[in-house]
Amino acid sequence: MSQATLAIRRISGHAGVAPGDGVERDYQVCKLVDTTTCIGCKACEVACLEWNGYTFSDTVFDNSYQTMPETQWNYWNLIKFNEHEREDGGVSLLMRKDQCMHCADPGCLAACPADGAIVQYTNGIVDFQQQNCIGCGYCVSGCPFDIPKFNPNTKKMFKCTLCVDRVSEGLEPACIKSCPTGCLHFGTKEDMKDLAETRATQLRDNFGFEKAGVYDPPGVGGTGVIYVLHDATNPEAYGGLPRDPHIPWVVRFWKGPAKWIGNLAMLGGIVGVTLHYLRFGPKQTDAAKHDDSTGEKGGKP
Amino acid sequence: MSTSPVISSGRSLGETGGRILRYTLSERVHHWLAAITYIYCLITGLAFWSPYMYWLATLVGGGPTARFWHPWFGLGFTLSMFWMYKMWHCDMQTTDADRRWSKAMKYYIENEDEKLPPIGRFNYGQKLFFWLMVYGVTLLLISGVGLWFVESISWSLRWLRYLAVTVHVVAALATIGAFIIHIYMSVFMEPESFQAMIHGRVPEAWARTYHRLWYEQVTGKLPPPK
Repeated sequence: MSQATLAIRRISGHAGVAPGDGVERDYQVCKLVDTTTCIGCKACEVACLEWNGYTFSDTVFDNSYQTMPETQWNYWNLIKFNEHEREDGGVSLLMRKDQCMHCADPGCLAACPADGAIVQYTNGIVDFQQQNCIGCGYCVSGCPFDIPKFNPNTKKMFKCTLCVDRVSEGLEPACIKSCPTGCLHFGTKEDMKDLAETRATQLRDNFGFEKAGVYDPPGVGGTGVIYVLHDATNPEAYGGLPRDPHIPWVVRFWKGPAKWIGNLAMLGGIVGVTLHYLRFGPKQTDAAKHDDSTGEKGGKP
Repeated sequence: MSTSPVISSGRSLGETGGRILRYTLSERVHHWLAAITYIYCLITGLAFWSPYMYWLATLVGGGPTARFWHPWFGLGFTLSMFWMYKMWHCDMQTTDADRRWSKAMKYYIENEDEKLPPIGRFNYGQKLFFWLMVYGVTLLLISGVGLWFVESISWSLRWLRYLAVTVHVVAALATIGAFIIHIYMSVFMEPESFQAMIHGRVPEAWARTYHRLWYEQVTGKLPPPK
């Protein structure tokens, strides 16, 4: 048994539990994005492309510095630029590096029907395994952050891997490596939360951002990417960061109770017709029975 | 290869005496088109439905292949259902005879058909099945297009993504329930109707027993309905 199998905590579309279920690890990995020190240089966008071997995609100009409206299958890391009018009348240019949030409770994985197409490693990274992906797009419905994207050519889904290939070799993700201001940090979830809280306290106490705080939404069990926001009470202002993300209840119901109700109903149908056959059997249309009972114009009850 | 016992016994193909045409060639072709496309969608759909049935995808070439063809076979099923709708929707209207028959349906279920009132070409159960499949395929088509092009549904309209999932699942389960009964009845409970859907003809006695009004029409013993 390879260690790689043990390192998988959850598997999508898997009959039974994952082989690494219950394996404890002393740390979860986490990216910290401090939006208050981001300068929007897009070095992380370029580093992401370079490391993952994609060429620069066509940009879409929409009266902002933003490269394109949203992430693409081959563009996993996008800084969202938002002009936000403050209460005091001034304007803030909010910049937030958008990518897969690596939820502790991943909606994509819950929705996925293909065995092993989405895995969650014991270090918390949620990763798509394209060789198992069937391209159905259920993950699109499951994700509360609208992250998985479809490659129409290969018919597979793609998203940020949190540079699992680098992290497993002891390197930090490419985006973190490239950040010139140090607004991106990488480490254990515990350390990153400490650092984020320290920074938020600093913003509240010393810089007048009274609503500064950390974005680590509990609705998805916390995320492997956490943000420091100037105004944690209004995450929507940062390019539509959901206030209280959770796996859609439809997806939960569909993958939970509906499955068993549906399976029982189908089984019940098969059992029902079998019992009917055993009790009543096939209809007999032999002429004798027919002629006896109906005659010229019979058959009425 | 031996010939099929049905054919070699001359029960239906060679000898048509005492047998009545129940399904035209066109009706049979469209029925079997619908059957093949539906069963393909059923196998692949069940594979996507539950991890414990994902192995079904292996039967049809694996997950990605199943995913690729599922919507196309779904469109094929929709088309064949559309043809069947055009062929049969007049025959499938509920009549007074059906209402009388449906009140006595327990005799049908208990194989005491001689106690049933006479009915036309299709019985009430067949009509229910037909309309369930017609409405089912309509819902499956609309929701299926939503699932097929899920990324084209914008994030602000994401409730449509969730609605598509719900409708597709509910409609599929409803058609599966009807399908189980349909297969059971036509293959096991009334084997004659399975033969009819293959060779097109039924024995006169069968027609007289189960579809007396239709039998009287086609044999000219009763004027056709207005």
